[in-house]
Amino acid sequence: MGEEEGLRQAQLLDTMFVRGLKRKCFDGEEDIEGTLAGFKAIPSYNLQRQSLLDMSLVKLQLCHMLVEPNLCRSVLIANTVRQIQEEMTQDGTWQMINTQNAGHASLDRLVSTDILCRSSREQTEAKHSPGYSTFPKDFEETQSQDSSEIMSAVSSGQAPRNLQSNMWEMESPQENRGNFQKSLDQIFETLENKSPNSVEDLFSEVDSSYYDLDTMLTGMMSNTKMGHCDVLETFPSQTTTNSNSNCKSDLNELDHIVEILVES
Amino acid sequence: MAGVAGGGGGGNDFQWCFSQVKGAIDEDVAEADIISTVEFNYSGDLLATGDKGGRVVIFQREQEIQYVFCLRAWMLHACTQPYAGMQLGSIESSAMQNKSRPHSRGEYNVYSTFQSHEPEFDYLKSLEIEEKINKIRWLPQQNAAHFLLSTNDKTIKLWKISERDKRAEGYNLKDEDGRLRDPFRITALRVPILKPMDLMVEASPRRIFANAHTYHINSISVNSDHETYLSADDLRINLWHLEITDRSFNIVDIKPANMEELTEVITAAEFHPHHCNVFVYSSSKGTIRLCDMRSSALCDRHSKFFEEPEDPSSRSFFSEIISSISDVKFSHSGRYMMTRDYLSVKVWDLNMENRPVETYQVHEYLRSKLCSLYENDCIFDKFECCWNGSDSAIMTGSYNNFFRMFDRNTRRDITLEASRESSKPRAILKPRKVCTGGKRKKDEISVDSLDFNKKILHTAWHPTENIIAVAATNNLYIFQDKIN
Repeated sequence: MGEEEGLRQAQLLDTMFVRGLKRKCFDGEEDIEGTLAGFKAIPSYNLQRQSLLDMSLVKLQLCHMLVEPNLCRSVLIANTVRQIQEEMTQDGTWQMINTQNAGHASLDRLVSTDILCRSSREQTEAKHSPGYSTFPKDFEETQSQDSSEIMSAVSSGQAPRNLQSNMWEMESPQENRGNFQKSLDQIFETLENKSPNSVEDLFSEVDSSYYDLDTMLTGMMSNTKMGHCDVLETFPSQTTTNSNSNCKSDLNELDHIVEILVES
Repeated sequence: MAGVAGGGGGGNDFQWCFSQVKGAIDEDVAEADIISTVEFNYSGDLLATGDKGGRVVIFQREQEIQYVFCLRAWMLHACTQPYAGMQLGSIESSAMQNKSRPHSRGEYNVYSTFQSHEPEFDYLKSLEIEEKINKIRWLPQQNAAHFLLSTNDKTIKLWKISERDKRAEGYNLKDEDGRLRDPFRITALRVPILKPMDLMVEASPRRIFANAHTYHINSISVNSDHETYLSADDLRINLWHLEITDRSFNIVDIKPANMEELTEVITAAEFHPHHCNVFVYSSSKGTIRLCDMRSSALCDRHSKFFEEPEDPSSRSFFSEIISSISDVKFSHSGRYMMTRDYLSVKVWDLNMENRPVETYQVHEYLRSKLCSLYENDCIFDKFECCWNGSDSAIMTGSYNNFFRMFDRNTRRDITLEASRESSKPRAILKPRKVCTGGKRKKDEISVDSLDFNKKILHTAWHPTENIIAVAATNNLYIFQDKIN
């Protein structure tokens, strides 16, 4: 990245962190003077890169909505993620992430695609929130491997399928979809999002695919389609929660993350 | 202010004027009304649009010089003597003079509207199939009816649009209102006569080409043989015969054996305008492959590979995304092709693979905003591009309802806006300018004030004249040139 552009992007990402994305990135230019004044250090390139990585992972997760995801977009985002991770492994910054892990447990939950995209088999095998904590261990093992295998290591230590296959594979979508819905449901619970329309039905924990089909047909057909961005935008408009959240302890941190990533 | 020359106007200054706008004026745009494709037919008399709601609307240009043709036809039939022949010449010339009325150009009016695709549900995958029309391509006209291909993500349909302006009257076996007559009551026979009726335009689906694409169809292209066409999705390209719906040939397949290794998808494909064995397809990595169907049944190996080497100084995490080609179009001559990526339009000579011959920056001022555009997904917008009839100019869209035109000969470019404000009949369009930094001049608009929701993705240029159709969300603007 050219230095100039890197700085510019830093400025943009800057406003993200400070303002919680309440204003769009490209509107933030006017506010830069104000924000920089109150912001002691310009975020490092690493921080920008990390933010970009997080943003990309969130985008990938929200690809799977009711209409088949745009494959081109998913591939481009995945390539960007891979590019960042390659660079990070070269820098050796994978290790750094582990040390930050303690304060960002909830971030793992949100951005660890292995939780979201793994099949149920693998989910029972693997431990919870493996996320970035497995990196240092895997890092040495995978250092010599090529990028696609690094991606595998990132997603899940032992699981054969990685992030991409779960996205692209439409051949066994029922399984993916069910697991994905389950995982997304966890996220949605913790985010205390219960919008009154079909989103709740869609991501309920009922397993039977027949029921899902039903809710899809009744709930979705009459409603506007939820694009990936729309889901994000409905977060603020929640009502009370009435389900037990498994992650209440992470809620505050998760709130913080959501604030950053979602425009309120 | 000189506009960009199109058609055959070498050196003539001309300007673009507003002609018409179609669509609702409401601020609240219904998603189904968003125009998703625009295409002129081969003669330019018909203009088709497809929208997100699966509807196709066809506009027809009104014939303002129709009476001249009638007169001439009558004269040709009537005269047989040499004396009449001389008279024919003089009458014809005076009649033809009325043709050149610069202020009265044929307007496009609605000719036919029909629902091409309906939303579907894929039960196997529990996913909706959108009814949005991705592309419309006309077939060359062979008889009185018009044919076009329209496609959504999964299914291509061949539609026949025909006119009916006569009605048969005087049937023997049924009454005027259609009820069957009692055969015993029929005592005499008569010959039914054709009587004129109000023009009715009917659209009927003649072929449905389904179940051949696992991924989303992004392009269709009619071959120059007028018998076959190709359809391309993210990973495969299929070849069809227009008469056969239950079979298609797979000619390109870039799906990796292991989907984990997928890093590139097909973004657009087109047949060569003259060579029926040649087609190109573009990818998300900014490459174009030209294939010759004579070389092998499965064209996995390209005949030519077009890629511009990356500029290392401008490399960023977004380099690949902005290099992804959103549209590829052959020139009418067949010698060049044009590709559109996120920030630029490139013209390639088919004989030179290592770099384009011309590069035009569409909105370079967005380069510093790529992070924001990535965040709000605008970076994935797929802009189209088009040539004018003589291949001397190219046009593409941008944000804030701006669209850009580049004259390949004079190297001049112009930015125009499709807006209701400049929508007075025959109002000349004022060139727009985006201020990139420093002091903003009067009439300039700053980059931060651009409306990224108002994007012009689809534009079309009349095949022979300087008439352009620009789709701005749910409105279709038609602009024409005004010769000074």
